[in-house]
Amino acid sequence: MELTLWTYEGPPHVGAIRIAASMRDVHLVLHAPQGDTYADLLFTMIERDGKRPPVTYTTFQARDLGASTAEKFLGTLQSAYEHHKPKLILVADSCTAELIQDQPGTLAQTAGLPIPVVPLEMAAYSRKENWGASETFYHLVRALLGSQQGVSSTPIPREAGALPTVNLLGPTKLGFRCRDDVREIVRLLESAGIGVNVVAPLGAGIDDLMRIPEADANICLHPEIAMTTCGWLERTFKQKTVKTVPLGYGATRDFLAELSEVLAYPIDIDGLSECHLPWYSRSVDSTYLTGKRVYVYGDGSHVVAAARVAQREMGFDVVGLGTYSREMAREVRGVAKELGVEALISDNHLAVEHAISELRPELVLGTQMERHIAKRLGVGCAVISTPAHVQDYPARYSPQMGFEGANVLFDTWVHPLIMGLEEHLLHMFRDDFEFNDNAVPSHLAHGDGTLKEVEHPEEGGSAEANLRWDPGAERELKKIPFFVRGKARRNTEQYALDHGLSAIDIETLYEAKAHYSR
Amino acid sequence: MSGEILASSSAVDMTVGQFQPQQERGQRAVFCGLTSIIWMHRKIQDAFFLVVGSRTCAHLIQSAAGVMIFAEPRFGTAILGDRDLAGMADCNEELDRVVAQVLDRRPELKTIFLVGSCPSEVIKLDLDNAAQRLSKEYSGGVRFVSFSGSGIETTFTQGEDSCLSALVPSLPQRDSDQPQLLVVGTLPDIVEDQFRRLFVQIGIDCVEFFPGRSSTDLPAVGMNTQILLAQPYLGETLRALQGRGAHYIPAPFPVGVEGTAAWFHAAGAAFGITKERVEASLEAPKARAIKALSSYRDELAGRRFAMLPDSQLEIPLARFLSRECAMTPVEIGTPYFDAAVMEAEIPLLPANVSWVEGQDLDPALSRIRAAKPDLTVCGLGIANPLEAEGLRTKWSIELLFSPIQGFEQAADLAELFARPLRREAKLEVGAWS
Repeated sequence: MELTLWTYEGPPHVGAIRIAASMRDVHLVLHAPQGDTYADLLFTMIERDGKRPPVTYTTFQARDLGASTAEKFLGTLQSAYEHHKPKLILVADSCTAELIQDQPGTLAQTAGLPIPVVPLEMAAYSRKENWGASETFYHLVRALLGSQQGVSSTPIPREAGALPTVNLLGPTKLGFRCRDDVREIVRLLESAGIGVNVVAPLGAGIDDLMRIPEADANICLHPEIAMTTCGWLERTFKQKTVKTVPLGYGATRDFLAELSEVLAYPIDIDGLSECHLPWYSRSVDSTYLTGKRVYVYGDGSHVVAAARVAQREMGFDVVGLGTYSREMAREVRGVAKELGVEALISDNHLAVEHAISELRPELVLGTQMERHIAKRLGVGCAVISTPAHVQDYPARYSPQMGFEGANVLFDTWVHPLIMGLEEHLLHMFRDDFEFNDNAVPSHLAHGDGTLKEVEHPEEGGSAEANLRWDPGAERELKKIPFFVRGKARRNTEQYALDHGLSAIDIETLYEAKAHYSR
Repeated sequence: MSGEILASSSAVDMTVGQFQPQQERGQRAVFCGLTSIIWMHRKIQDAFFLVVGSRTCAHLIQSAAGVMIFAEPRFGTAILGDRDLAGMADCNEELDRVVAQVLDRRPELKTIFLVGSCPSEVIKLDLDNAAQRLSKEYSGGVRFVSFSGSGIETTFTQGEDSCLSALVPSLPQRDSDQPQLLVVGTLPDIVEDQFRRLFVQIGIDCVEFFPGRSSTDLPAVGMNTQILLAQPYLGETLRALQGRGAHYIPAPFPVGVEGTAAWFHAAGAAFGITKERVEASLEAPKARAIKALSSYRDELAGRRFAMLPDSQLEIPLARFLSRECAMTPVEIGTPYFDAAVMEAEIPLLPANVSWVEGQDLDPALSRIRAAKPDLTVCGLGIANPLEAEGLRTKWSIELLFSPIQGFEQAADLAELFARPLRREAKLEVGAWS
C-alpha cells in the first residue's frame, strides 16, 4: 500500500480511454464497476470535449458479482457495438475487473462481432496512465498492421522528386497542448517541404493507421505515448524514428537536423528558424532573468526539454528537477547529471513539495500540482506538463513545440516573474508614501498571490523559531524590497543556524548577505 | 401554504404504493460513494477519510473535486499494489504503516474513516476488523470507523449514508424523557444555523444535527429521539437510527419554500406544537423566499426539463421545479428509489411524468435527444456533449456542493436552473439552438 493524496497519473485504463477518445471509428468497452465513468468528465470538462469519449462501461455492482459479470460484459459489448457501430473495438479491464478475472478480451474475441476486436492487458496494480496509453496505441497499431509484416518490410523507395513524408505519432486527448503542437509541427514540416502522412492517435481513423507504413519515417512527438509503437514500426517496416522532441528553440533546430539526416533530405534550418526567443533573451531587460533559481517537474519529455530551455535559452539556473515518468528516469537523470543537480524520480507529490521547499526556487515549472505547492510557498509557477487543469487548455493558439512554441515558453515563464524594468522602479519608489509593500507589479495586479512574501514558511522547522531577531535587524530587514525580503530572512536564519548563533543583529544580516552573494 | 405556489400543481395524489418508476439496468453514468468524501470532509473537519483502494479511487476523488482545491487534503488513498494482492505484504501491517504516516502529518486528527472501495471489497479486505483493532491500538486518541464507498455497493450520495450508518452504533445512548429532534444529513453550516434558529423559534429547543461539525460531537440517541431527514439518500442511516429506538417523522425534504415549510410543520406536529405557532415563526422567512423566488418563476415557468439519475435528490427537486417554478418535467431518473423516505414526497409529484429508477445511458440519451427538453440536469461527463448537441444543461454535482436547502436558499436553487437559460438568451455566439 502506498499513501497517495494526489496522483499525477490516472490508472492505465484512463490511458486506454485517451487513445480511444483521440481517434475516429474506435470504441472501447471497459469492464468496470459503477463509478469508473467519472473518467468521462476529464475529457468533457478539462478539455471541454463536445462529445463523450467513445467508451461503454459495464458498470457492474454487487448484485452482478453474485450472478455473472461475464454475461453482463457480453451484453454490454453487443449493445455498444449495435449503438455506436465502430470499425474496431478495444476491450479492457479496469482495476476491479482485473481482480474478478472474467477475461473480457478472450470473451470478446469469441463473441463473433464482424469487426476487429483488440484485447488489452492494463496491469492496474503496477502501471499508470501513460503506460496504458502507450500499450493501447501499440496493440492497436500492431493488430492492424501486424498482418502486413513481411509484405513491406523494406522501405518503399521514394520516387525521384517526390516529397519525403513522415508520421507524427504520440499526440492524444488530455496531453499537454497537443492540439496546437500538432498544428505547429505540421506547419514547420510543410515549410521544410516534408509531407505529413498520418498524425496519430489524435484525429486518426482506422484507415489512417493502415497507411502508417507508407511514410519514410516516424516522428516520436510524445515518447511516453509513442516510443513503444515507434520501436515496433522501426523493427517491422524499417521506418526510422526521429527522437528529438521539438520543444524549445535549440531542440527544434536539433529536431530539424535529425529529420534531415534521417530522411537524407536537405533542410534549410536557419531559413526556418524564425523565432523571437533568442533576441528576447538577449535583450537587456532580460538580464534580470540571469541565474533565477528554477525547479522543473513534470512528465519525462517535458522536463528534459524544459530544463534545456530554462538553463540554456532563458539563462535561469535549474536548481533541481524531477519526473513522475519512471519510464523516462534514465533520460531525466542524464539531464540532471549534466546540470549537476539531483533528479527526483517519484510520483509522490509530498516528495516533490519537500524538494521544492528545500531548494527554495524563484520559479517552478511544473504541473497543476506544483502550481498549488508554489502558491503555498509564495513562488511563481508556470505549468509545462500534464496533469493540467482547464485553464491549461486555452482558447488561443498556444503551442509549446516548434519556434512559435519557444515564443510561448518565453512569455509564459517570464510572466510569473517581475518584469526587469519594473524591478528597477520598485527599488526607486519603495519609500514613496503611495507605494507600499502590498503593491504588486501592474501585470499581476489582480492578486494571484504569486509574489506574496512568506515570512515564516511552515517547513521552516522549530530550529528557526528559536532564533531571535534583534529589533534593529528587523527594521533593517524591512528596508529590503518585499519581493526579496522573504529570501533574505531565510538566508539570514540559515546563516545564523549554520554558525550557531541564537540572535540575529544587523551585523548577522550583512554577514549573511556577503556569505550568500559569493 | 401560498396559493400562488400551488397554482401550477397538477398532482394526482399518488400514494407511495402507487408510485412505480420504470426499472432500467444498463450502463450507469454515476459516481461511486467515494465522491461523498468531498463534502463530508469539509463538514467533519477533525476527521481524515482514508480510502483503501486503487489509483482509480484516488483519481476519481481528485477529478470529481475539480482537481486539487487544497494543497493537502483531509482525504487520501492507500493504493493497493501487486504485492498486496499477491499476499506478499500483510495488508494489516501495511494499513498500520499508512495510518501512522497520516497521523504523523496530522497528529490533531480525532477520527480516521477507513473507506472500503471496489478492489478492497472484491479481495475481501476486512476493514471493520481493522478499524476495531486500530481503535484499540490508538485507544482514546483516535477513533477508527470503517464504511464502504465502493461503486459495487454504493452510488454517489449513498457514500454518506454508508458513513453515517457506520457511525450510528457509536452514538451515545440517550435516556432522557425530554423529546429531542435529530436532523440527519450533511448540511452546509450556514443552513444548519438558519434551521437551528427556526426550530428554537417554533419551540423545539432540543435539536441536534448529525453529522455535527466535529467527529467527536456525536448526538445521543434513544426512545425520545425524533428524526427529521435533511437529505433524501439516507435510508440505511434512518433504519439504523430506528434500530436504536428513534422515531422517524415522515416529511417532504427542505427543498424549496413548500418543502421547507412542510418539513418544519412535520417537526412541529411531532412535537405537539400548534400549526399556528409554526406558521407564525415561518411567516417572515417564507414571505421573503416567495418574493425572491417569484422572478425566477417567471423565467422558468413552462420550460420543460429532464433529469438523469444522480443523487436521489431528483424527486424533491422535480417536485420543487414543477410546483414552485411551474416547469414541466419530461423524464426524471433517480439512481435508487427508497419508498420509506419518499412517502411524503410522492403525493406532491406531478402526473404524466416518465419516472425511471436505475439507468441505461445510451437509450436514455436517445430519449432526451428526441424529447429536446429546455433543460437537462445531468452529470459533468454528459453536460458538455449535450450542450454541443444544442441542449441546455445544469450540472448536477453543484446541487450537492452548494447550499440549496431552506427558505433563504430557495431562490438560489431556482437560480441554478435559470442561469443556463439566461445565458442562452444573452449569447450571440456559437451554435446553441
